[in-house]
Amino acid sequence: MKPKVAVFDFTGCEGCELNKLNFEDELLALLEHIDIVEWREAMDDKSDHYTIAIVEGSISTPDCVERIHDIRNRSEILIALGACAVQGGMNAMKNQYPLEQVREEVYGCHKDLFPTLPALPLSRYVRVDYEVRGCPMTKNEFLKILTSILMGKKPIKPTHAVCVECKLNENECVYDKGMVCLGPITRGGCDSLCTNFGQYCTGCRGLVDEPDVEAMLAILNRHGLSIVEAKKRLELFNYENQAL
Amino acid sequence: MTKDLNINVQHLTRVEGHGNIVVNMKNGKLEKARLEIVEAPRFFEAMLKGRSFHEAHIITSRICGICSLGHQIASLKATEHALGLEVSEQTILLRKLLIHGATIQSNILHAYFLATPDLLGVGSVFPLISSHKDVVVRALRMKKLANDIGDTVSGRAVHPITLVPGGFTHIPSVKELENLKKRLVEQMVPDALNTVETMVALAESVPSFNRETEYISLHSDSEYALYDGDIYSSDTGRSPIEKYLNMTNEFVVPYSTSKHAKHNRDSLMVGALARWNNNYKQMHDIAKNAGLRMGLTTPCTNPYMNTIAQVAEAIHCTLDAIDIIDRLLSKGLKNERPNQAPVQFGTGVAATEVPRGILYHEYTYNQQGQIEKANCIIPTGQNLGNIDDDMVKLVPEIIQEPKEKIVLNLEMLVRAYDPCISCSVHILDVDFIE
Repeated sequence: MKPKVAVFDFTGCEGCELNKLNFEDELLALLEHIDIVEWREAMDDKSDHYTIAIVEGSISTPDCVERIHDIRNRSEILIALGACAVQGGMNAMKNQYPLEQVREEVYGCHKDLFPTLPALPLSRYVRVDYEVRGCPMTKNEFLKILTSILMGKKPIKPTHAVCVECKLNENECVYDKGMVCLGPITRGGCDSLCTNFGQYCTGCRGLVDEPDVEAMLAILNRHGLSIVEAKKRLELFNYENQAL
Repeated sequence: MTKDLNINVQHLTRVEGHGNIVVNMKNGKLEKARLEIVEAPRFFEAMLKGRSFHEAHIITSRICGICSLGHQIASLKATEHALGLEVSEQTILLRKLLIHGATIQSNILHAYFLATPDLLGVGSVFPLISSHKDVVVRALRMKKLANDIGDTVSGRAVHPITLVPGGFTHIPSVKELENLKKRLVEQMVPDALNTVETMVALAESVPSFNRETEYISLHSDSEYALYDGDIYSSDTGRSPIEKYLNMTNEFVVPYSTSKHAKHNRDSLMVGALARWNNNYKQMHDIAKNAGLRMGLTTPCTNPYMNTIAQVAEAIHCTLDAIDIIDRLLSKGLKNERPNQAPVQFGTGVAATEVPRGILYHEYTYNQQGQIEKANCIIPTGQNLGNIDDDMVKLVPEIIQEPKEKIVLNLEMLVRAYDPCISCSVHILDVDFIE
């Protein structure tokens, strides 16, 4: 029997899910090996049990908390998909403000209508088996993890920095172009896509294990950012990272 | 007509984001008919406050994965307006090319994968892989090419990389553009025309329902307006972009985490059908005739036909993309750097058409080039009131039908608007409280 795969979305932009519908070349081949049993954005069907649950978005409301526990209980394998699910993503930037203040600013006297919690990664609530990183999620990493699971192999988790891939791609260093870049401290696996296209690394794939944050801040500072600005750059996709 | 009816569709499928359809009729009297938005709000203002002008479009792109290019375009134009950054003609042409790619991608995704299953009586595109494989393969091929425009010009179709204030960080090569053009001519044009035949065959399954409303879109004297223009209302005519707050008048309703909007009436419609109604004369002839052949009228007041207007637009965008590539190539591609030297710091407003309708961004920058105030009004929020008003008219008209049929017609109605609910709860439209 083919593995039953389901796709779920929480707080986020659904760009990672969209990226999956964008596997135009691979989608039909993939469907020969899996049964998609639940995917609200694409289909009506529902199921009680999943071999693999693919979950996008961060957890930011009481309803989200209830749903993620329910999904975990009914899934053999849970994959966190994209920056919001893996590390909280941009949503977590709101966590720097008191929740009461955020709600009042947006909804005024109607604030009590819409409950909200700090935006957190899935792993703060449930066990996560595999991570597909990036904003949006890195397509090749997703395909590698999915095929590894289907073949019964353990996917390799990248531990090197984006700089390594950028050097292998023979790009001119972003710092030499007068810009600042988070490549030295950001987890690779994206084939340095942004710097290949002349843009700086925004840190969307999360930080490497045991990141040297002080050294990174010093580099950013030396290249023109104040320490406050440098911290803000690092926090953009990584506000919930304990190292910051 | 004395009838009780209770409909509660939780987390409607095949739309972007989370919404519920709730209808309540008692003794033939309609008490409630509305789309409730239950998507978790995002609070983007917390992410934008104090951010540099280099980052605004990177952040607002993440309001929505499907509309990320549109958010970037509106954001960049607002920032450039606020900082007085001029952009080159090449930059504008490349941006327009990207808009065409994103519009084709989004419209084709919606027409084939999200809306068509209803017309064929199935719950998703997946059963169609065996029953209508050639059609599914064609849709995937069209989507792929549309995304390839984004990948080639902007590095990545979802959350594009190369667009920055003042220009691009990377210019595509002549060869890449020639290749895109070749594929547009040889593959996309015939696929788009075959799509018309498919939609003509399906058109008789589109529910017949009409409710005239106020249609709002951009309008330009020089072209079918997508990138730029004035605001145009079918009720009140042209207004400058700076008057956008008068055209939207957002307000909170208790059953929706997304705010609603109104202008001249209780509700208004934006999106492909509004653009068709306001600007169809400027559409490429082949696209316009295809629209008429698929059953669009001028104007068209059937909201279900929004999907058909999206298909007509996909043809227009294909043909115009070919023209744009020709213009870029005949002028010669210049490897120019983005213009990022601000001449002022102030407030900038911009609007652009994204697949779901007119999108507004406004920023105020301080003297350090950091955001002090931000506002963003997105198309789905503008359409929500109109969807509710459609439901209120529709339910009594089809009340004699079996409940499943009523539910299906309501779901199809909401899907026809191609709502983007993640966008609608971006929650950015407030002043910061210090």
